[in-house]
Amino acid sequence: MPVIRFDNVSKVYPLPAGDVVALADVDLDIEEGEFILVMGPSGSGKSTLLNIMGSLDVPTSGEVTIAGRQISRMTDDELTLMRRDHIGFVFQQFNLIPLLSVVENVEYPLILKGKKSGARERVAEILQAVGITESHFTHKPGELSGGQQQRVAIARALANDPAFLLCDEPTGNLDTKTGTAIMDLIARMNREEGKTVVVVTHDPRMTEYADRTIQLVDGRVV
Amino acid sequence: MTFLDLARRNIGRHWLRSTLAVIGIVIGVIAIASMGILGNSIGLMFDDMITDVGDTVVVYPATGSGTTAFTERQVTDIERAAGANRVIPLASTFDTISVGEAKSAAMIYAIPAGDIQFLLDKEAGTYPRDTGSGCMIGSRLAANSKETGLKLGARVKIGDETLRVTGVLAERGMGFDINPDYALIVPYRWYSNHYDRDEYDMVIVKVRDVKDIESVREAIEGRMNRREEVVNVMDTKAVLESVFEAADSITIFLMGIGAISLIVAGVSILNVMMMSVTERIKEIGVLRSIGTRRSEVMRMFIYEALILGVVGAAIGGVLSFGTGYLMMAVLVGRPDYLYNIKSILYIVFGMTFGIITSAASGLYPAWKAAQLNPIQALRHE
Ligand SMILES: Nc1ncnc2c1ncn2[C@@H]1O[C@H](COP(=O)(O)OP(=O)(O)OP(=O)(O)O)[C@@H](O)[C@H]1O
Ligand SMILES: [Mg+2]
Repeated sequence: MPVIRFDNVSKVYPLPAGDVVALADVDLDIEEGEFILVMGPSGSGKSTLLNIMGSLDVPTSGEVTIAGRQISRMTDDELTLMRRDHIGFVFQQFNLIPLLSVVENVEYPLILKGKKSGARERVAEILQAVGITESHFTHKPGELSGGQQQRVAIARALANDPAFLLCDEPTGNLDTKTGTAIMDLIARMNREEGKTVVVVTHDPRMTEYADRTIQLVDGRVV
Repeated sequence: MTFLDLARRNIGRHWLRSTLAVIGIVIGVIAIASMGILGNSIGLMFDDMITDVGDTVVVYPATGSGTTAFTERQVTDIERAAGANRVIPLASTFDTISVGEAKSAAMIYAIPAGDIQFLLDKEAGTYPRDTGSGCMIGSRLAANSKETGLKLGARVKIGDETLRVTGVLAERGMGFDINPDYALIVPYRWYSNHYDRDEYDMVIVKVRDVKDIESVREAIEGRMNRREEVVNVMDTKAVLESVFEAADSITIFLMGIGAISLIVAGVSILNVMMMSVTERIKEIGVLRSIGTRRSEVMRMFIYEALILGVVGAAIGGVLSFGTGYLMMAVLVGRPDYLYNIKSILYIVFGMTFGIITSAASGLYPAWKAAQLNPIQALRHE
């Protein structure tokens, strides 16, 4: 039983100049604990695919099943709770909340879920696991390097112990060395924590981490 | 860390524009509260007057008629018409008075000595006797004459006769019949002898039961104006009531001005909140993508508007007290009117209105923020 299943999924953006087909008839099965790489030229629909996987976006047609639930039957609130409780997102631009300190950023998903007691200990644990030292805990995101910010973002994605880690070009804004460290970290989460990981990337060297690579061209899996 | 906390921090991030928005609310609340208080005090002032002088019917010689003063017989006629109610005839003049070397001009009211106590309250001394040459002075006249020595026991010269001040009147305020505060009160008999006059300029009827005022007025008019217009009758209750109604509309009008300024403040909050939403589109996308529900985003922004409103209302409420006190002291001369329950209610009302305005102004921006598509918001730069 795959944990993520795409069944004839299409995504079409109707624009005045004509419809843009971001995804066309995609069929896809992802098994629990897999490490999957999504590659393809710019504009081929990689981000769209990942967003739909993460219940952040809904397809124009076809059905997506995430952890046994059909997303076409879910309300906006249910999709949101799915993201909160089962999915960890990591973005190219890190996307930390500038108002919050490092600890608070990681704590935020826990608070959303209503956890109060022991939240700080768990946050400290995760931050240490992704390689952020305690001296940085009270810093604001703007005071960190790109690599550090991405580590905090990964820690935030892991806070609610999600089943899936979905990363959209997580190393795209980092130098090669830092990028490798981040990929090592993501791979470790897959190996040690058993997370199902999907990573969108342009970097062909990343294939060595993956169990499988999905190639997209013009919204189609090739 | 909660949504309230996030809201608070975002306000702190833009303290200048937040302060400006708060100032708007503060001004609005002060405007509404102090306008309400002012209107209310005007009402209270008239209220006090109604209880003070609302039982009075004043009879003047009719303007344009041959009558310019009342004879003893006409006063008796009025007395008959007034029934059991007390009738006080009086004359007035304006003359030079001197105390020692100091000379000044003053209003002089001449009232039958026995009637003075029914018309005017005293603060010190005694009422003058009918046969003696005593007089009383109004409270403001006494207060303003510290240097000249016009006080209880002093001797006042009018013409070539000397009167002794036997009493000082209690302050009476503005009245519709006579204004004794700056005047000298002399027994009518002395006046009559001194000025060689035996007519009265007006007649005041003190009605025992305020409900009878209409009938007393009608009786006097019916009796005196049977053949020709001899008297004009004014009853203070009717006059006060019409003014009282006007005071109510003044309150509403003044508060309307306050409400407009609050609405302007609301628009400024709306503006600040719209800016806050537009600037944070990307952040909203992030919050949504990691599992923040629409209702939670909405809450965060409403809190933001509410904080501005509550802070503004609190500051405005405190300052309203100050402004209210100042206005009462300067405009009405009765700072104690501020402690009237209605005045306090106007402050509470202003504050509530301020908070509601802010919350309402935050509603649309908050809704806008909540409705953002997470992906488009994330792509926003
Ligand atoms: N909101 C949108 N409105 C219109 N067209 C869109 C929208 N989002 C994506 N598209 C279009 O869909 C197609 C796929 O976009 P997507 O972002 O998935 O590409 P991508 O593979 O992630 O590209 P990149 O490698 O540059 O990130 C593109 O042609 C894009 O222009
Ligand atoms: Mg992309």
